[in-house]
Amino acid sequence: MRTRRSEWLTVVALEAWLPVVLVVAWWFGSASSTSVYFPPLSSILGSFAHDWLNSAGLASNLLPSLELLGLGFGVALASGVVMGTVLGLTPALERASRPLLEILRAIPGVALLPIFIVLFGIDQEMKVLLIAFGSFWPILLNTVDGVRGVEPLLFEVAEVFRFGRIRRLLSVVFPGASPQIFAGARTALSISLIILVVSETVGGNGGIGYFLLAAQRNFAISSMWGAIVALGILGYLLNIAFRLIERVILRWHRLQQTRLGSEK
Amino acid sequence: MTIHRSPTGPNSAHTSSAVILEARGLGHSYNDRAVLSPMDFTVFEGEFVCIVGPSGVGKTTLLRCLAALQPSTSGAVYVRSERVTQPTAGVALVFQDYSRSLMPWSSVLANVALPLRAAGSSRASARTDALRALALVGLDDVAAGMYPWQLSGGMQQRVAIARALASRPTLLLMDEPFASVDAYTRADLEDLMQRLQRELSLTVLLVTHDIDEAVYLSDRVIALNGRPAHVADIVSVDLGSRRDQLTTKGMPEFAELRARVHGLIRGSRGTTS
Repeated sequence: MRTRRSEWLTVVALEAWLPVVLVVAWWFGSASSTSVYFPPLSSILGSFAHDWLNSAGLASNLLPSLELLGLGFGVALASGVVMGTVLGLTPALERASRPLLEILRAIPGVALLPIFIVLFGIDQEMKVLLIAFGSFWPILLNTVDGVRGVEPLLFEVAEVFRFGRIRRLLSVVFPGASPQIFAGARTALSISLIILVVSETVGGNGGIGYFLLAAQRNFAISSMWGAIVALGILGYLLNIAFRLIERVILRWHRLQQTRLGSEK
Repeated sequence: MTIHRSPTGPNSAHTSSAVILEARGLGHSYNDRAVLSPMDFTVFEGEFVCIVGPSGVGKTTLLRCLAALQPSTSGAVYVRSERVTQPTAGVALVFQDYSRSLMPWSSVLANVALPLRAAGSSRASARTDALRALALVGLDDVAAGMYPWQLSGGMQQRVAIARALASRPTLLLMDEPFASVDAYTRADLEDLMQRLQRELSLTVLLVTHDIDEAVYLSDRVIALNGRPAHVADIVSVDLGSRRDQLTTKGMPEFAELRARVHGLIRGSRGTTS
């Protein structure tokens, strides 16, 4: 049996070498660059540190974005799970609404930006709604599938043991659908990041998208690249946070899958 | 024929007992195709009754009607003289498929405590009662903390039995509870049910296709046959209250009863009711 520590070291050795090689290659390859559009990595990282690695930079550039993302994703998660549960438990309604849902979800969220500007203006409200709209669909559709896929026998167990409506939802429906809800939420998270950046390019509330566009318009090219680096790191950290939450809540599912896998 | 017909009640040991379950003219059809012809039978307090019949005869449909999981198309079910139209508090059910009937996301303890919580127990008392029910079926605190799918099949069915017993039901219904486990585990679980019934004075109605199991466990055996299924006969089993796998199954009376029930469900129609 290998220990956790040595497993972790193996993961680092297997997964980390390529990024390290690429960054080193970028560093030395760009060191003598005089191109306006492709500044040396050293100057990009300098701008990155200046723009992002201090409280003033974080407060004006990152916090507004996190707030939008949290609100938009939160609205999508809550409404997607609620509506998905209703549809999942009401097959007739689900069947009737399926074509409409398939059409609506095929519309890229960012394509609705002009309409949302007309309807809701260019302030935070519009951005939250746009993020929520775009990331709502994968959560909704996955919740519907998850709820419909809950073991039917468990509904009979709930009936025999006379669970109330709330207990049936909390002890049978949501846990049963949770693996799929998480799969939908993960897709929704990356969609919400895309819509976040696009929506921030209109209006002047600060945030990463606003900063990125402003840097480009002011020919602050290192800062522009620095914002791209910040965006990559943000997406990476969000994904890690998401996985940590998933590991805790879906612990049973992960262990059960591992067990099923090892029995095959 | 030497079959003890018992149209008015079970064997003498139970004549003074109260009626727990009564089926009156209970029948079922799917889309005009009769599955169960109207049947009458009674289960008395403290009795262990098995309904036995070949696969596909409609035993599970019968049990689902008795548990009020589906409405019967004719007749009615009474529990303690109350007509039952939806699942009722005093009736618990052990499903055949333990691997699907336990919540995979909840610990063994949480699975057993859940019906108690649903019935209004506080968290603490549900926990205490659940642990007690688990101890009754031979599962300790370590097993209580595991997920059900981390246990063997026999252990999982014990969890399902504990879940059904935790709320001290008036009537325990069991749908082919030991059909998916190996022969040794099945014998263990049969003996577990014998012991639990004796110690807790349970009233049990168990559905099975296994004649040996039915005779071994029962005070009375309700034998089904035919299409649509009907009660071929109800056979009293006088093998005493203490039985064990080796001696009881070796008794000549056991072999005789076994052959009798076998004849009934094979359709050499004894006395039909």
